[in-house]
Amino acid sequence: MANITVSPTRMELTRLKGKLRTAQRGHKLLKDKRDELMKQFLETVREVRALRAEVEEELMTVHGAFTVASALMSSEAMEQALLYPKQSVELTMTFQNIMSVNVPVYDFQTQTRSDSDIYPYGFAATSGELDTAVDALGKVFRKLLKLAEIEKSAQLMAEEIEKTRRRVNALEYVMIPNTQEAIRYINMKLDENDRATTIRLMKVKDMILKESLEEKREATAKAVKAFSGQGEGPAEV
Amino acid sequence: MAMTYQIAAIGDWESVMGFRALGLDTYPVADAAEAKEKIKELAKGNCAVIYLTEQLAKDMEDVISRYKDELRPAIILIPGRQGSLGIGKNNIQRAIERAVGADIL
Repeated sequence: MANITVSPTRMELTRLKGKLRTAQRGHKLLKDKRDELMKQFLETVREVRALRAEVEEELMTVHGAFTVASALMSSEAMEQALLYPKQSVELTMTFQNIMSVNVPVYDFQTQTRSDSDIYPYGFAATSGELDTAVDALGKVFRKLLKLAEIEKSAQLMAEEIEKTRRRVNALEYVMIPNTQEAIRYINMKLDENDRATTIRLMKVKDMILKESLEEKREATAKAVKAFSGQGEGPAEV
Repeated sequence: MAMTYQIAAIGDWESVMGFRALGLDTYPVADAAEAKEKIKELAKGNCAVIYLTEQLAKDMEDVISRYKDELRPAIILIPGRQGSLGIGKNNIQRAIERAVGADIL
């Protein structure tokens, strides 16, 4: 319907048939990709929701602990206590390929002497509540990083699924029907041309036959005339 | 691949100071405009994960969606000290809607 501007030739027909085959194959592959991505995505999203709820709850506890700590200490003292961290965190990022989507995998190393010795301050000038708060935050941190990983994965996968879905739909509802329509059009046009040629040939044959028949009849008539003029001439007179 | 990246936390001072003790890079900011600048700066540098408090995130939708489809940095919303606003949860919902075309969960 849309592109009736195709030239109805056999070459174009072959080309379009090839195009249709490719489109159908691509459509099938993309559809499979979409389905698999969707499966993975929904799994990831379920994980994200659960983890996020958990992390948010734990973080609120941590915030609460910090609030208590800051109530017991002056804000200057607290700032001073946390000013220079003893531990430093470094993150290495590798990639995992899920159905051609690169999703990050985080891995972190802490540079500290021991796991229990993360407090960057002396215990004399700070309250015990601060220790609790920092400790709790350290525990949440692993989950927080995991959350970052899967939430980013979910976002990236959502984008890819959207793209793939559009492609699948474009192929399914535009590209393939249009090509099929064009092929049908060319087929019909070619058949029509065939019929026209046959009819034309029949007509030409008819005309030639009629002509030769006429010629023959004329020749016969002439011969008969000549013959009769010679043989029965006197009888007529 | 063995490059190391940094983890940053952006938010009001009270919400992010705890992260400082863990060795994260903390950037206490006062308002969303300042946070936007900071995120842009960090995205150019070698920062892989940014934790941002929801209190700030609610006023900077544009910057967050700008980095949503990029591999790095991952901007993850965390509740600030004032409590969760549910933006993080909403974002998951939006991702689902985007992928599926409808809210199915």
